[in-house]
Amino acid sequence: MNAPFYKFGLFGDNVSLIVAFFIGIGFGFFLERAGFGSARKLTAQFYFTDLTVFKVMFTAIITAMLGLFYLSWMGLVDLSLVYLTPTYLLPQVAGGIILGVGFVVGGYCPGTSCVAVSTGKLDGVVYLLGVIAGIVVFGELFPLLGDFYTATPMGQITLPKLLNVPYGLVVFLVSLLAVGGFAGATWVEKKMASRKGEQPL
Amino acid sequence: MQADAQSLAAEPVDARTQETLHRTARPYMHPYLAGFGLGLVLLAAFVIMGRGLGASGAFSSLVAVGADAIAPAHARANAFYAEYLGDGTVNPLMDWLVFEVLGVFVGGFLSGVLAGRVRTGVERGPLISKGMRLFYAFVGGGLMGIGAKLARGCTSGQALTGGAMLNVGSWAFMMCVFAGAYATAYFIRRQWQ
Repeated sequence: MNAPFYKFGLFGDNVSLIVAFFIGIGFGFFLERAGFGSARKLTAQFYFTDLTVFKVMFTAIITAMLGLFYLSWMGLVDLSLVYLTPTYLLPQVAGGIILGVGFVVGGYCPGTSCVAVSTGKLDGVVYLLGVIAGIVVFGELFPLLGDFYTATPMGQITLPKLLNVPYGLVVFLVSLLAVGGFAGATWVEKKMASRKGEQPL
Repeated sequence: MQADAQSLAAEPVDARTQETLHRTARPYMHPYLAGFGLGLVLLAAFVIMGRGLGASGAFSSLVAVGADAIAPAHARANAFYAEYLGDGTVNPLMDWLVFEVLGVFVGGFLSGVLAGRVRTGVERGPLISKGMRLFYAFVGGGLMGIGAKLARGCTSGQALTGGAMLNVGSWAFMMCVFAGAYATAYFIRRQWQ
């Protein structure tokens, strides 16, 4: 097996769009299954009453991380051909904080708002219009923001490379962290439920 | 899943139709199972395409195309729009993320219909008016649009994809998303609680 298939020329750009559509269907399906078409379910994460967002997100990260690690370890996937977004630390820290505020104010993130729209939520539609307006604002301000946008470049860099430790060790530690986090999250949910005398959403 | 399918099959057809008619929403999937499914979809994107998932990028393409239609010279002179518009040989909407996001709409709808969860309305807490909730949705979406572009991706492209690839910037981003959201949550609790 030579993977990523697309990078080894197994199919062309036109087929890649069909692949994109089907991968998107899977993505949207599981987002909705998890309850992420609901703004109240999503934002409950930030009031400690329902930590589904954390659980789903980290299970997904661990699953894909372990899968990619083992497939590359077995020589089935060439990791250097899987695109890694370059790091620009300061704009990503600032963007993350702004996005976090937007998440709890708006109730969704861009991907989950698509699922909200397709399950009939009017607030999802308005939220998406807001996202488009935000991108227009960013685009129009881009000539002014350009310097900050490219500030603190670190190149394409992973945690193992940054810390100079083996890939497998970081994978193992992140997995441990997640398992501990899951136990902690369940404990917090129970604590909150008994305090409020109600079940999580 | 299997037990679920069996119990459905054992139900008389009439009861099932009745349930769809009354639109009784079925419970959500267990978080770990949904997360595992999501992780497999992400892994499939890595293995098949050599890239991860995304969402906000598709809307950037849409915005760039809109800007190009309204003011072509203005859009082409802007490095941000120009990157999404490309060199003009390929339609900027024939883009991987645009097609992926179209799929997200379809997949979400399929899951919603199968679970009886498709219904029109506005999601809000009991203490906030519809108008205020929609106002917050627009403002939050706007912040999200700006933040996602500044960070070169949103929860899908950075947190999920970069998280699984142990990308340094993505992990820094993810911590900041949670920090920003938790720091703000108290001040707008009336919207949700």
